[in-house]
Amino acid sequence: MAAAQAPGDGRPLIEMRGIERTYVMGDNEVRALRGVDLTIERGASIAIMGTSGSGKSTLMNIMGCLDQPTKGSYLLNGKDVAKLSRAQLADVRGRMIGFVFQSFNLLSRTTALENVEMPLLYQGVPAGERHRRARRALEQVGLTGREDHHPNQLSGGQQQRVAIARALVGEAPIIMADEPTGNLDTRTSYEVMAILQGFIGQGKTVILVTHEADIAAYASRVITLRDGMVIDDKQQTPISATEALAATPPPHAPAATAPPAAGATP
Amino acid sequence: MSLFSTLKLALRALWRNKVRSLLTMLGIVFGIGAVIAMVAGGQGAQAAVKDVFAALGTNVLVLQNNAQRTMGASAGAGGGASLTWDDLRALETEVPAARWIAPTLESRSTQLVSELSNWNTGITGTTAVWFKIRSWEAAEGTVFDEDTGNSNAKVAVLGKTVATQLFGGQSPIGQTVRISGQPYEVIGVLVAKGQGPRGDNDDTVIIPIKTYQQKLEKGLAKYIRGSILISMQEENQAERTIAQVTALLRDRHKLDGNEEDDFRIRNPAEFAKAQQDSTERIATLLAIVAAVSLFVGGIGVMNIMLVSVIERTREIGIRMAVGARPVNVMTQFLVESLVLAAVGGLLGLLLGYGAAYYMAGYFGWKMFFPATTAAIAFAVAGGVGVVFGLYPAVRASRLDPITALRYET
Repeated sequence: MAAAQAPGDGRPLIEMRGIERTYVMGDNEVRALRGVDLTIERGASIAIMGTSGSGKSTLMNIMGCLDQPTKGSYLLNGKDVAKLSRAQLADVRGRMIGFVFQSFNLLSRTTALENVEMPLLYQGVPAGERHRRARRALEQVGLTGREDHHPNQLSGGQQQRVAIARALVGEAPIIMADEPTGNLDTRTSYEVMAILQGFIGQGKTVILVTHEADIAAYASRVITLRDGMVIDDKQQTPISATEALAATPPPHAPAATAPPAAGATP
Repeated sequence: MSLFSTLKLALRALWRNKVRSLLTMLGIVFGIGAVIAMVAGGQGAQAAVKDVFAALGTNVLVLQNNAQRTMGASAGAGGGASLTWDDLRALETEVPAARWIAPTLESRSTQLVSELSNWNTGITGTTAVWFKIRSWEAAEGTVFDEDTGNSNAKVAVLGKTVATQLFGGQSPIGQTVRISGQPYEVIGVLVAKGQGPRGDNDDTVIIPIKTYQQKLEKGLAKYIRGSILISMQEENQAERTIAQVTALLRDRHKLDGNEEDDFRIRNPAEFAKAQQDSTERIATLLAIVAAVSLFVGGIGVMNIMLVSVIERTREIGIRMAVGARPVNVMTQFLVESLVLAAVGGLLGLLLGYGAAYYMAGYFGWKMFFPATTAAIAFAVAGGVGVVFGLYPAVRASRLDPITALRYET
């Protein structure tokens, strides 16, 4: 499907110039980003790497319009994000970006289907179409039959797939994933990565924040941050998560009951 | 985002915390309930006061002998009475403001016997106009005509209660009732009037005035040992009528300018007004107290909504991340508090109605359901929901998405 939307005057999808982000904590100023220049084209798969405190999550939050830079300019799809109101930023998040978080961030005591429907709710999509599209999104991540399960009735991998379905359902051209496999075991990580890689083939731009090199290996471009600055930016040939998954022996216990494991290392 | 979706969302959020929602609602429930009950009770009490005096007639004065009379210490044959039958005749002709005048003699407790049963009640001796003054008609049979009223016929008109006590389900008309041993023919039964200031209005027997004098007072006296009801030609003529009656009687009783009246004129309407005013004041006071409790209930809603916003900070963050605008978040919380208040208001209406119903039964009032008050109270409950929900809702909508997302619960 042609998920890449209007080409925004032929400009790149993301253009960042001199982005800085400073947090004030009491008397201390924490400079999370110290001047980042970045251009990302449509349909790319990007991994943003770096150690804890390198500013990679801050960068993604700014890219995702969840946070605003202290300094610098950010054009998303050719539009200056700094000029948008809070309501307009909400619309940009809802229509342009699908988020996948490390901690899934699903609403508890709310069914998988309703979690997935949520972005459509705020786009004013009528109930019938919401259900239909949410079901299809769940089907795409292989969760048919789990529509009425609550997050606490699902395994970590399944919860993350619900979150991916939620990122998918609005047909946003950008998927932003912050440590999406951080709480998952190896095999489940492969599954999640296979799904995310699948989006690239559909024309979506996938931006991945991770501190694990083997997860970054699935991306075609790896940007490395240290102390709030880009220290490395290179293209690579991504490895296929689908193949990695096929090479992994299936666990003895069914995947559905696999507990979320911290720090998935193959 | 449609209002229906928002409402569904709100209902679900409230349903998840059933106990908390219910407890929060209680403040509104009792506030609204109290307002309704107090207003309904106030109206009931006022109506009861009004009824009591309407039973007497609203434009009626009561002329009485003045028992407090100290001058002219000789009580004489009247036993403290100063009003004579000649005074009555003079009043009938010389007070233009008066419409009807009825002498009324009353006994407190007299034995009544029918073939079936017996009963004890007060007997009133009066004339035909008494029924007009009190606008009291016969439900069955007839009341006195002018001739009967002025005669010494041994006839009686029974109040509903007496008729029931003496004759059960049978028609008393044409039957005989013995009053202090003397047989009377029952010619009528009065329309039931219910409770009055001195108890059951219908627990009464009316006989002609002359009959009363002869049979119960044992002879025609010079003085009227009872009272005289004076109905006025027009309402609000009390002052003029009192002035005319006073002038006439003072002249007839030959009272000097500095002597006190040896009679008393009561104006029940004035008394009723005073009583009504005080009832109204109390009702207003109670309604204010009730309104304060409603206000406190509103603060309870605000408190819980603030807690709810804090608890659901992460949820707010998630919603904002997937595209909820600040206004969506605000509406969500506002609708929640509105629903809380509205449902509380509805339960309060029921509670207030129940309380009003119970009070009406307990005090023997008419049941009032103040529809206007109910509508206003309900609207106020909604208003409380919006006003007290606004601050928490605005706070929720102003949350920074990334801060909210990172909030640890």
